[in-house]
Amino acid sequence: MLTFTLRRLSLFIFTMLVLTLLSFSLSFLFPGDTVINHSGQINASAAELAHLNQVYQMDKNIFNQYGAYLTHILNGDFGQSMASQSPISNEIIKLLPATIELSLVALLIAMSVGIPLGFIAAIKHNKTSDNVILSLAMLGYSIPVFWLGLLAILVFSIGLGWLPSAGQISLLFEIEFVTGIQFFDILLSDSPYKWQAFRDASAHMILPACVIALAPATIFIRLSRASMIDVLAASYIRAARAKGLNFQQIIFRHAIRNALIQIIRHVGLQFANLVTIAMVTEVIFSWPGIGRWLIDSIYQRDYTAIQSGLLVLSCFIFIVHILTDFIYAALNPLARGNKHGS
Amino acid sequence: MAVLTMKFNAIFSLTIAAFVSLLMGCNEGNKLSLSERSIIYCSEGSPETFNPQLSTSGTTSDATAKQLYNSLIIYKGKNNTLGPSLAKSWHVTRDGKKITFYLRQDVSFHQTSYFSPTRLFNADDVLFSFNRILDQEHAFHHVSGNQYPFFQSVKFSELVEKVEKINDFTVRFILKRNDSSFLANLATDYAVILSEEYGQILQEKSAEHEIDIFPIGTGPFKLKDYRVGSLIRFYRHESYWQEQAKIEQLVYDISPSKTSRLTKLLAKECDVSSYPIAHAKIEERSDLQLESITSLNVGYFGFNTKKEPFDNKLVRQAISLAINKQALIETVYRGQAAWAKSILPETSWAYDKNTPELDYDPVRAKSLLEVAGYPQGFSMDIWAMPVQRPYNPNAVTMAKLIQADLKKVGVTVKIVSYEWSTFLRRLSQGEHQSFLLGWTADHPDPDNFFTPILSCSASELGNNRTFWCNKEYDQLLQKALKTTNMSKRKSYYAKAMAIINEEMPLLPIAHSKRFQARGIDVEGDILSNFGGISFYNAAKKAINNEANTIVQPEIADKASN
Repeated sequence: MLTFTLRRLSLFIFTMLVLTLLSFSLSFLFPGDTVINHSGQINASAAELAHLNQVYQMDKNIFNQYGAYLTHILNGDFGQSMASQSPISNEIIKLLPATIELSLVALLIAMSVGIPLGFIAAIKHNKTSDNVILSLAMLGYSIPVFWLGLLAILVFSIGLGWLPSAGQISLLFEIEFVTGIQFFDILLSDSPYKWQAFRDASAHMILPACVIALAPATIFIRLSRASMIDVLAASYIRAARAKGLNFQQIIFRHAIRNALIQIIRHVGLQFANLVTIAMVTEVIFSWPGIGRWLIDSIYQRDYTAIQSGLLVLSCFIFIVHILTDFIYAALNPLARGNKHGS
Repeated sequence: MAVLTMKFNAIFSLTIAAFVSLLMGCNEGNKLSLSERSIIYCSEGSPETFNPQLSTSGTTSDATAKQLYNSLIIYKGKNNTLGPSLAKSWHVTRDGKKITFYLRQDVSFHQTSYFSPTRLFNADDVLFSFNRILDQEHAFHHVSGNQYPFFQSVKFSELVEKVEKINDFTVRFILKRNDSSFLANLATDYAVILSEEYGQILQEKSAEHEIDIFPIGTGPFKLKDYRVGSLIRFYRHESYWQEQAKIEQLVYDISPSKTSRLTKLLAKECDVSSYPIAHAKIEERSDLQLESITSLNVGYFGFNTKKEPFDNKLVRQAISLAINKQALIETVYRGQAAWAKSILPETSWAYDKNTPELDYDPVRAKSLLEVAGYPQGFSMDIWAMPVQRPYNPNAVTMAKLIQADLKKVGVTVKIVSYEWSTFLRRLSQGEHQSFLLGWTADHPDPDNFFTPILSCSASELGNNRTFWCNKEYDQLLQKALKTTNMSKRKSYYAKAMAIINEEMPLLPIAHSKRFQARGIDVEGDILSNFGGISFYNAAKKAINNEANTIVQPEIADKASN
């Protein structure tokens, strides 16, 4: 387990180095002065500019410059947004939790819907229900998310009036910012309307989370179906059947547990996909998350924000990736001996 | 293994059960009460400042004036006559140069997280508020850019000699000359009363600029929270000098996109929406209602009375008769405007119901042209303004429609348009024959329509691009300004309108309307004829809903207040 951990850590460090190198080089590739792209201070006076040049070591060679950039990043200084002129780290701390919350809920929905459906399809392999589930999965996978989001608003918000169409919570509720994760903040707040706020926040969450969850859910259906088919064909299942265990015992005690292990490996991969979908969905549902902020930054040509936003998002996705690897390793002893980082 | 699974299952189902009960149970009554006590308003933009003295933008005065502040006097009732507000009564001397206000003694300022008042409203606050605008030396005069656009446009500092404090609750304005629109100006959204005590505290902290960012007023609501570009949250002012506002919380959801305002309205995320689109869609919904009010503006078709052939009154009359105004209103304004019978909107108190109007009559137009000596017609140009304004959303289309109308009486029209600043410059040089333009009033006093658009002085220096100058008309306006007797003023303006109708220096086309949509559960007037909106009288009524039977006693008490 120790070597496994060390392997992952070194992988993490090297990937982060490559990522920072990429975002560092973006400052040179974007139009404008490099040091202004680094810092985002578009209205800097001559004296400030000289100071910036000094702290980013612009007069030294490129390695020193990279080192200076890295020091800034490690100190949590991402420069300031060119559009709003406020520190990017503050904006990210405010916005990232909302995205994490939305993505996690969507992931939960995708898993809790996709995996059981996939299992059912595998158990009924080559029967009607298998075909139905598979074709539904195909259909769900091919629906573009921006269209689905608009359609969901049209039907559930405007047509039926069941669910709200925009934002994280009704503006009537004042929830103080503590963790940034709305549900926790509501539970931590001392508002007399706590439970109403909780309910309202849940109602706001349903539509965007379901829209995001659709595509990953269909992938989970296929993954779990394939993995279950593999497991059901394995010899130990045949042995269990020969022992006289009934169908339920075989599925619930042996097959599901072993099939799930294979799926967990893919959760990390799927999470990256899910965050990408979430960025588009945040725009449609006016969700105050980092995806919407990043897309706004692209519109406003806010290079510093784009660069740091990308860095933070990819770092976040990578961390999730490594975490799932750890969970996988903890559940599956075979993976710990794996010599090659996967 | 089996035991583990069982345990897991049990915990899982328990969690689910807890979650479900959390979501469903325990809060039916409360939820309704909070939204019943609050209104969410989808507004079209962020205010520039929280002090309406500093801006004439409608968005700013909508968000601030009638919510946060009071004026000394206000417009009241259907006829928009002046009534008391922070001043209990007032007295004007016979020469009209000294105006004394007797102030209320029971008015308290907002108590907020950033300011706690220790005294009630008094004469010092009035002096503070007006001296900020008038006195160049005043500590707050130069704060926030030294721009008081409304007061500059009415030449307030040239009119007022000084403001005097007689005693703690009496204030006297001394004017340099008699001007009956002075009181009207004091009753606008811009002439609000700030707190002098708050000003002093800010001066001690040398944070003067905060006076316009963290506002303190006497109005029915106080500011709780403002997030730029996102929301404004107001709480009810609990010790308001009149009855408390009916709602406890007022939230402005700032949604500049028209479609997102519509979506939020349809999805019930806002109770009231400003400037809605898709009027037909809103009207067909039984749970929404659309309302409108005629704005104080006028879109008109003006003639250059200094140029041939429009120096002839008959030609102007003939052209006016030949234009199908109804079609213009339906096409250009999409029916969202009121037919203009004169330059003054019918909602003004000074509007005379007996003003005759010119109908669409191409046959008479043709015969008038013959009398004027143009039996074969003539050719002319129309200058169409290149920008969109509420009083004329599409001048070029309007010019094309007029072109078609005039063709029927034998007049050939060439449409001319320049870039906006060039357009205005060349208009002021009188290069045009006729033009499409409009006027938005700064305040509801009728003089604000008559003088700037058509007076002689305006033809030399101001906005009168018809270059029409009529001594009799000007004298009527002067007389109307000198008297404070309302019915006399009204009769002078009626005569002035008759002159315009006879002389036809311009053809008034339409007064645009301001629209607003709201859920049927919101009651009380929000839109007003003049100036910004007010949520003071707005309330939520109980909708037919079973959960509504659980009305908490506390709310019932407040509702009966």
